[in-house]
This record gives sequence, structure tokens and C-alpha cells, in this order.
Amino acid sequence: MSESAWSAWPFDATLALALPAIAWRLVAGRTLHEAIVLFVSLGLLTSIAWTRLDAIDVALVEAGLGTGVTGALLVSSLAWAETRVSSGPLPPRRPFTPWTFGLLVVSGALYLAWIVLASGDGRAGLSEQVAAAMARSGVSHPVTAVLLNFRGYDTLLETAVLLVAALGVVSLRRPSYGPARGEALPRSNVLESVVALLVPSGLLIAGYLVWAGSHAPGGAFQAGAVIAGCAVLLLLANRIRAPRLSFPTRALLSMGPALFVALAGAPLLAHESLLEYPPVSGGRSIFVLELALTGSIAVILTMFFPPLETSDGGAP
Amino acid sequence: MIALHLLSAALLVAGAFFFLSGTVGLLRFPDVYTRLHAITKADNLGLGFVIAGVLVEAHSFRTMMKLVFTWALVLASSSLSSQLIAKRAFDRGAKPWSPT
Repeated sequence: MSESAWSAWPFDATLALALPAIAWRLVAGRTLHEAIVLFVSLGLLTSIAWTRLDAIDVALVEAGLGTGVTGALLVSSLAWAETRVSSGPLPPRRPFTPWTFGLLVVSGALYLAWIVLASGDGRAGLSEQVAAAMARSGVSHPVTAVLLNFRGYDTLLETAVLLVAALGVVSLRRPSYGPARGEALPRSNVLESVVALLVPSGLLIAGYLVWAGSHAPGGAFQAGAVIAGCAVLLLLANRIRAPRLSFPTRALLSMGPALFVALAGAPLLAHESLLEYPPVSGGRSIFVLELALTGSIAVILTMFFPPLETSDGGAP
Repeated sequence: MIALHLLSAALLVAGAFFFLSGTVGLLRFPDVYTRLHAITKADNLGLGFVIAGVLVEAHSFRTMMKLVFTWALVLASSSLSSQLIAKRAFDRGAKPWSPT
């Protein structure tokens, strides 16, 4: 915790009050539009809260994936729903639903508070074991060491889940999905010129996040989310076509998970256990793996976004 | 040093004032166009003051450049989103307010 922690208590108190208030409005809200706007605000404030707790990695993931990509997905689903479902207020719910939900949340929060208080001096957990093993991890940032080395199987399975989700999305699409090749698309000059400014900055930030992952907060998931954000901007500005399942797309999609499986399995040939990278090459393998994962995650997240509606945008 | 702290505090308070004005405008103005006008103009100016206030206290050139970069990105994206919202509203037939 930084030295300014005590002078910032009014800020922290405001944050601590605003989070449950926004969450309440979100649950009690009457329209989808209102709920989505509140969801994005909640995510931004949550990532500020993680920053205040010195959990920069969590804050980056919350801002990039939990708020950025998810918020954009929700907005695009809302736009889809508006053309098909009547977009009035939600049907009235039984009045006790928010209360039941609130009760669950409050008891969950109390349980968490009890765990924190019962663990004593706050140093419980695995941070000492992680610190002791850092020298063998090949990287100098504890979060990256845990995610890609000590608990690598967790991340391996997560990337597999993302890959399967992207394949599920693709298989549910109409074959004629997306504008046909050569079809003239509407363009917006303002959107295009701002996108031309934002996308290079976004790619620069993504590159920094991958590079920083080995010694500071950052990494493949955050960088992938930023690149996917750039891709969605380009899709919205009609500068690129939505990715089809062509051979290059398949190669990009599977690059990260495949490399991960290969790296995880390689130690088996040397009669070690799964995911036991040799200490010397650990850092290099982890960096190459992060690069490949960034590419795959970016493409996977981009595939979640439906393309713009064209003239045939009827019911599927 | 005291003068610098005071300058920083004055800039931050000015920034907070513009954010507050923008929020009042967002809540009180009659239609989507005037509301967008209030929120983007006042908030971008407010953010400029906040960034300037933090710049005064920044310790390194790198931090300063990051702050300026942040401001530029927010300016670009907020002007873009306000234009998109206004255009969408206009295309869907939202009538501009007139004082009659």
C-alpha cells in the first residue's frame, strides 16, 4: 500500500459506497439499456477499486475483458435485440427478486469479510511460497509466474475454454453471415479518422502489455483484449471484414493453445512432469507463449462480435 | 514547493468544477444534442485541468508523457462517441430542441 493510502480515505470511502449503489441500480433497473450502461460504469469503478488495492493485474483484466470487451458485446447484443424484440421496459418482475438477490450478495460479502478477519494478520495465502520459488520461474513478476508457470494448467484450460467458445459462436452463425465480398458498405468519415488515430495507439499499448508481462503487470489476456478492441473498432468502421474460418484464421486461433500444449507436454519427453519448464529456458518459453496466446485471444474475442447488419438482416 | 502544491490544487478544483457543470448540464438540458454538448465540452475541459494539476506534481518526464497521452486519447474517443451518438439520434429522428 502506498504512503498516500491514509490521505485517500475519502476517495476510497466514496468508491466503497458507489459500488454497491450502482450494483443495486443495475439489478433493480427496468430497461436493458440502463442495465448495460450501469454494468460498464460498475466495471470501470471496480477496476479503480482493484487499482486502489494494488492489484494492477486484476484491474487491467477487469477494465479490458470484464468491462471493455464484455460491455461492447452487451451493446452489440442490445442492438441485435432491438431490431427483433420489442424494446420497451422489461416485464414487471415479482418484487422480492432484487431482495432475494441482495440477501445472497450481502451474506456472501459477510462470509468473505469473516474469512479475511479469521485469517489473522493478512499474510495468509501462498505469497511466501511464490516468493521463494520466483528464482526458478524464469520471470520476475509474481502474477505471470503463477499464471503461466506454477499454475499453468489453469491458464491452459482457460485458453482451451475460450477456443471452444469461439468455435461454438462460429458454428451457430448463418453460412451467409456478414456482408458479401465487394459489397459497398456505409462509411463514416469521423469514425474512420478517429479509428486511424486510436488503433495504432491500441496496438502500441498491447505490445507494451505483452512485453511488460514478464516483470510488471500486463500479459497475454490484457493485450489480447486491447487488440480485440482495436479489431472491433475497425469492424465498426468497416475497415476490415469479420474474420471467416479461413486457414489463416484457424492457424491464428489455434496458435496459442497449440503452443501451450506443446510446451506443457515437452517436459514429459524428458521424464519430467507436465508443465515443468526447465529453469533456464522458462522465461524465453513464457514470453514466446505469451506472444502466441495474445494473437489467439485477440482473434477469439474478435470472433464473438457479430458483423454489421446488412440489407438481408432478417430473422436467422 | 508550496506554490506548486497550491497551483496543483487550484487546477484540480477547477477540473472538478467543470466536471460538475458538465454533469448538471447532462441532467438538466432538454435534448440529446445539448446534453452531449454539455458533457463532452465541460468534461474534456475538466479532464484537461485535472491532467494539468497532476502534471505539476509529476516526478518524471515519462509520467508526464503518459498523462498527456491519456488526455489526447480521451479527447479523441469522447469526440468520436459523442458524434456517433448524435448522428444515430438524428438518423432515428430525434428532434433538436427549440425554445418556443
